[in-house]
Amino acid sequence: MTRSLGVVGTSEACIATHPSDMAIAMRTLDATVETIEPSGKTRTIPIADFHNLPGDTPHIETALQPGEFITSVTLPKPVGGKHIYRKVRDRASYAFALVSVGAIVQPDGTGRVAVGGVAHKPWRVEAAEAELPRGAKATTARLLDGAKPTDENKFKLALVERTLASVLAEAKG
Amino acid sequence: MKFETPATNNPIDQLKVVGRATDRIDGKFKTTGTAPYAYERHDVAANQAYGYVLGSAIAKGRIEKIDLAAAKAAPGVLAIVTTLDMPRLAKGPMNGAYLFGGAEIQHYHQAIAVVVAETFELARAATSLIRVQYDRAHGKFDLKGEARSAPLVGADSKEGGEHRVGEFEKAFSAAPVTLDQTYSTPDESHAAMEPHATIAWWNGDQVTLWTSNQMIAWGKRDVAKALGLSPQNVRLDSPYVGGGFGGKLFLRADAVLAALGSRAAGRPVKLAMARPVIANNTTHRPATIQRIRIGAGKDGKITAIAHESTSGNLPDGDPETAVDQTKLLYAGANRLTSMRLAMLDLPEGNAMRAPGEAPGMMALEIAIDEVAEKLGMDPVQLRIVNDTQTDPEKPDRRFSQRQLIECLKIGAKKFGWDRRNAKPGSITDGRWLVGMGVAAGFRNNLLMKSGARVRLDVKGIVTVETDMTDIGTGTYTIIAQTAAEMMGLGLDQVRVKLGDSDFPASAGSGGQWGANNSTAGVYAACAKLRDAVAQKLGFNSVDATFSDGVVKSGNKTARLADAARDGVLVAEDFIEYGDLAKTYQQSTFAGHFVEVAVDRFTGESRVRRMLAVCAAGRMLNPKSARSQVIGAMTMGVGAALMEELAVDKRHGFFVNHDLAGYEVPVHADIPHQEVIFLDETDPISSPMKAKGVGELGLCGVGAAIANAVYNATGVRVRDYPITLDKMLDQMPEVA
Repeated sequence: MTRSLGVVGTSEACIATHPSDMAIAMRTLDATVETIEPSGKTRTIPIADFHNLPGDTPHIETALQPGEFITSVTLPKPVGGKHIYRKVRDRASYAFALVSVGAIVQPDGTGRVAVGGVAHKPWRVEAAEAELPRGAKATTARLLDGAKPTDENKFKLALVERTLASVLAEAKG
Repeated sequence: MKFETPATNNPIDQLKVVGRATDRIDGKFKTTGTAPYAYERHDVAANQAYGYVLGSAIAKGRIEKIDLAAAKAAPGVLAIVTTLDMPRLAKGPMNGAYLFGGAEIQHYHQAIAVVVAETFELARAATSLIRVQYDRAHGKFDLKGEARSAPLVGADSKEGGEHRVGEFEKAFSAAPVTLDQTYSTPDESHAAMEPHATIAWWNGDQVTLWTSNQMIAWGKRDVAKALGLSPQNVRLDSPYVGGGFGGKLFLRADAVLAALGSRAAGRPVKLAMARPVIANNTTHRPATIQRIRIGAGKDGKITAIAHESTSGNLPDGDPETAVDQTKLLYAGANRLTSMRLAMLDLPEGNAMRAPGEAPGMMALEIAIDEVAEKLGMDPVQLRIVNDTQTDPEKPDRRFSQRQLIECLKIGAKKFGWDRRNAKPGSITDGRWLVGMGVAAGFRNNLLMKSGARVRLDVKGIVTVETDMTDIGTGTYTIIAQTAAEMMGLGLDQVRVKLGDSDFPASAGSGGQWGANNSTAGVYAACAKLRDAVAQKLGFNSVDATFSDGVVKSGNKTARLADAARDGVLVAEDFIEYGDLAKTYQQSTFAGHFVEVAVDRFTGESRVRRMLAVCAAGRMLNPKSARSQVIGAMTMGVGAALMEELAVDKRHGFFVNHDLAGYEVPVHADIPHQEVIFLDETDPISSPMKAKGVGELGLCGVGAAIANAVYNATGVRVRDYPITLDKMLDQMPEVA
């Protein structure tokens, strides 16, 4: 029952996962979200601050205020390196990710990684990215530090590591 | 017509129409959206109102009170009928759960009210305003927990419900090679594209239900029983069915509530079960826990085989008969089969495509693969050495036809089985581990009485009327082919009308019995019509031949249409069977071959190619038969790799009750499928010499996939579905 649900950033109130693929990629790229309020006031929200963790208000999923809506999303200038999105699922298409990995890997092995299917928001831990040159195991250990999986979804810890290993191997290849 | 002795040469053997790959005669209606399914029959009754069903929010207990005040005041509401308005409605012999009436709740999403309103949206909105007070009772929802204390059922011997031949325990302990393993299959949902749907309208005491149902005569009987009507006051009409898979074999709540809602509102009522209600309101294939023990000699010959299955159901429900095939598939002198049935408070378990054999073969055919590995024997060869041409329990009872060895040998050759490496995990393709698996396919052939009426008009058109259904299987076409062959006509001179309970009762669609029995019924009616034509023309009916619209007898010739010049000629008959099914065992056989790739990083399993070689009597229409088999193979991929109703063991319901959460294969999961039919006719089965094939294509596929995953990775998963979470900790290191 909890097999598809979150393992990090969860709360007593909610362990649901953020389901989208696009937001994982946008978090990897550090997109910004432009919005407008009914008053005409506009603002720019970094994607890192856009999605909320559930805490005890799981119904408030984003930083958007009532009446505020998104007018555009801006992707920053390309940062180079290999861009990879890998989605792992029970069937070949038309399914939510069990785990997904969005990564940018530079020739020197440094890079960025955001993970889907594990948390209430696209999951990116900048401190973990420092471990990328040391490989998937070290990176995942930092990335999922403090994870509280259930018996049914603890496989996601190994799956993130193995999927990231696949992504890093592909980047190298 | 009673079929008592093996068929001899008959008009079907001409194979001018029958046996030829033929496009569906109803295909153009389906592809142009002009084949009306139940919910789309806008023209059958004017001024249709909409019904919306409320399902119980508890799995077990009683309803204390239903507050309708807000719902009744909602706009557009015409009538509300609740389960407290009447005592429990009587149910038919095939239903496990009660469908409506009374305060007692047997399962989650049991129908407890129907709201009738001017539009669908108004009905749905008003339904959300109904307030229900429940007295929730403790229920049992965990099959594994209940399995230990579940009693034996299906006792057909003195050994307390165990079915025994020889001395299993003695032979098993003496066997040099043994296997003792437990396998499990989950609850599965039929997940038909078309939801259960009905339009109902009353004319006085008479009710007509335009519905979606596989078994019209059963449905008519059970509607009459539920509503306390005389059967002649009930008419069902179901010309098109958008998938059934066993989920529409029996009367369901949509039909009952459309009828009750229509009576209360005084309007025709159209109603469909909403997708999220179907998994828990209707039936499902029950989960099983299966223990299999096999003892074999060093030569691979099985000396002892035991198959014990446990499943759960509501008190009036049946066990999943997952041990059936084990009584017949392989030789071996010492045998034991048994079934245990746990009482559960989950929704009703009942038939889903190939009940019994589908989950049974998923377990048995992994076990055979495991024995082959222990023996160091090729799994194709192990199945061949254990073939039997007679019922293993009754050696004087032969199979009417049994070409399992041929299916396996031809399949192995066509599939390139010799390229399989018996050592698991030895073939890679980039990041993929690649493996092959094989399984036998086995499903019994069932005989059912089936009737039809045929009319010949002055234009030479023959019209067939039978309450037989076409659930997407191609029935319209094979019935037309049968009538065309019998009457010496082209397909364009035959009309087929199905699914109306005013027509003669047929075998209906289920258990892969539809094709053979319904066409045999049409054969019987056409044989009578041929006699009537000959008599009308003054011909000797014994030597009359029917060909190209012309009837000949001796030196006499006439146009077929001439026989109807004084009025339409009508003939009605049915096929019924003697004891050939007792004298002979009638079964269908296949060899299933699968190649699977498993991502060595993530453990994702993807099927690359599949082959089924089938021996199942005469293929009446090889084109639609192939469609049946590839559809079944696809269902087998779902069962092997993804389908599972997740049970909430606290509240007692299936959680993933929609098509996002309950995953079935999509196109990308099915890259390449091939089907080969062996040239076979079975004169023991019927005058058509055909058998069923629609379920054979499913039986064994799941195990072939499981065996291929093992061959690819060395990871043996015995609990379906084979999802990556069950494999990751045994996959090779990657980091």
